[in-house]
Amino acid sequence: MSKLLWFLVAVIAAFAVGGIALQRGEGINAMWIVVAAVCIYALGYRFYSAWVAARVLTVDATRVTPAVRLNDGRDFVPTHRWIVFGHHFAAIAGPGPLIGPTLAAQFGYLPGTLWILIGAVFGGCVQDMTILFLSTRRNGRSLGQMARDELGPVGGYAAMLGTLVIMIILIAVLGLVVVNAMKNSPWATSTVFATIPIAVLIGLYLRNIRPGRVLEGSVIGIALLLLSVGGGGWVSSHPVLGIWFDLEARSLAWFVILYGFVAAVLPVWLLLAPRDYLSTFLKLGTVVLLALAVILMHPQLKMPALTQFIDGTGPVFGGSLFPFVFITIACGAISGFHALVSSGTTPKLIMHEPDVRLIGYGSMMLESGVAIMAMIAAALLDPGVYFAINSGPGVVGATLDAAVTTISGWGFPVTAAQMQSLAQQMGESTLLARTGGAPSLAVGMASIFATAFGQGLLAVWYHFAIMFEAVFILTTLDAGTRVGRFMLQDVLGHVWKPMGQTSWYPSVLISSALIVAGWGYFLYIGVVDPNGGINILWPLFGIANQLLAGIALCVATGILIKQGKFRFAWVTAAPLAWLTVVTTTATWEKVASPDTRVGFLAAADKMAARLAEGSLSPEQAAVAPQLIFNQRLDAALALLLTAVLWVVIADTARVTWRVMHGKPVLPSSEAVGAPSMEAHG
Amino acid sequence: MKHHLTVLWKFVRQLAADDAYERYLAHHYQSHGNVPALDRRAFYLREQQRKWSDIKRCC
Repeated sequence: MSKLLWFLVAVIAAFAVGGIALQRGEGINAMWIVVAAVCIYALGYRFYSAWVAARVLTVDATRVTPAVRLNDGRDFVPTHRWIVFGHHFAAIAGPGPLIGPTLAAQFGYLPGTLWILIGAVFGGCVQDMTILFLSTRRNGRSLGQMARDELGPVGGYAAMLGTLVIMIILIAVLGLVVVNAMKNSPWATSTVFATIPIAVLIGLYLRNIRPGRVLEGSVIGIALLLLSVGGGGWVSSHPVLGIWFDLEARSLAWFVILYGFVAAVLPVWLLLAPRDYLSTFLKLGTVVLLALAVILMHPQLKMPALTQFIDGTGPVFGGSLFPFVFITIACGAISGFHALVSSGTTPKLIMHEPDVRLIGYGSMMLESGVAIMAMIAAALLDPGVYFAINSGPGVVGATLDAAVTTISGWGFPVTAAQMQSLAQQMGESTLLARTGGAPSLAVGMASIFATAFGQGLLAVWYHFAIMFEAVFILTTLDAGTRVGRFMLQDVLGHVWKPMGQTSWYPSVLISSALIVAGWGYFLYIGVVDPNGGINILWPLFGIANQLLAGIALCVATGILIKQGKFRFAWVTAAPLAWLTVVTTTATWEKVASPDTRVGFLAAADKMAARLAEGSLSPEQAAVAPQLIFNQRLDAALALLLTAVLWVVIADTARVTWRVMHGKPVLPSSEAVGAPSMEAHG
Repeated sequence: MKHHLTVLWKFVRQLAADDAYERYLAHHYQSHGNVPALDRRAFYLREQQRKWSDIKRCC
């Protein structure tokens, strides 16, 4: 009976995927994608994850986990698997899977959707579960520690460097997304600004008035946030306040930079912790709401399955389908960053070893499902509207008329009147060139929500979606800056001891300032770049994130080999090989491509030549030296990241060679599982 | 029905760390009964400090 049921699921999956892939001409219904996704996840979870857990990892239900063995009521606490699932999902689910698919929709919905599904089932979910399992077997050691213990110091340093670089680029790109959503939008700006005092208020409530009553505080905070969305509408129509909050991108970038610094040095209870509670509830609530609305409304997708931009000429970002769809989707299919969470807190909570399947594999499946929703929200927009929102002025033209003419010329008809009326419906002066993915996602979400839950509130839904994205982007920004600061303090502590004290105030200020300066630089350059900056930063982030996944998969493969599981090493080695091909090709193209919209160096050279011959406008010429330097820096950074990946691969190959030739390698760092043997982490 | 709602409520409280202090007290009296326990506020502050010293949020 059960076999028959799963056979039926497989048939439906095949039918739905076939339907999506073969559909041409008329747009398809979003339900096809939802059904295909649900069936593929179900099959992947039921069969592949079970097989990997049982045969490859040999998960042992009788083994005592570190949470039980080392239970200290603080770090190590045996916890029910659904609670751990909730915590783990809240930790891994960030803005990445919302932004990546939105940008990748420029290729059409098909390539991105397929990669989100296949990449998650065979790559991302496997990585998350495997690292979670390996870390659980090692008393919750971090990815960096495991790399050092199992492969050697090279892997350890690479993991640390990769983490720091990815953190800086991630924060910069997220900051840019928020700035682009707020620029010249008094409604969005005032709403996002209001979230800061609201968070502080809740922070004071949770510390002084009702200590630790998280649910109460969160309910009050969410109510205030919803009020701030409504209040933003009032502010934007106010003759004086409306002008105050009508800010240019550059001023907003400075605001975000200043905010990031202040947030990183303030005590966590005041701003970071309360805002994280609010953002987590908001995030879970909105994701559920979006899923419900998509199922209820099952909208028609208007984006074609494939667009002509698979050839690399796309306006959202330059670069062809391969490798850039994989780099762009990033977190929705496989995210190296998850390996850091899977090897940090979560393994210390696992009560039974078999829970790693639900928590590791299952959470990533859900995350991938969020990416599918984002893809649907992007693909249900009129393609012309999608391109008008997501293309930088440097590509389609700075004025509305120029932009709609260019975009219509590509075969995606859109009119100036249509864009103006859409902007007006959303309560904005313009939606043109709001790059970064957040505004177009918000328009998509607002359209679904409004049809499902009330058409009259389009502008409110739009700003709700913007606020929702901004709140958890700012949480990632604070949290990331703090983690970056700790890592930097750790490094600087080796140079001069006092710098390593995490609570010594001068060290806190200096290291925070350095981290903020790191991402603030990329953010600022992104803002002054007439092409919007996202087209440079997002691929760089994608490369960094896939690099981290590559390191995690190297560690996993190395351990499988050391355990003598040669037969099964492909489970992590195959996604590793694919990621290596993708990141290496992408880096090569980003550095060496003669196409100025793809190659960093070609773009720098072209701009340098135009600057020399004096054919740039005065404003362009003023920022040109910075942009030229930045493109060259980006090229160096991409090369560095890929070189790090290759070094770790070479190190894994070295370990593999030694194992195969019977030479000694580092001993396994797996903790002894017997309850009487107290292992030390 | 009432039973299910109670279970759900307990689940939500634990997920949100709303019951963290109660769980701390239970563990504390069981393991270190001779040492005075932290009060609510001190415990909350200590937990926040601990929580945000590690990678807790992703992309």
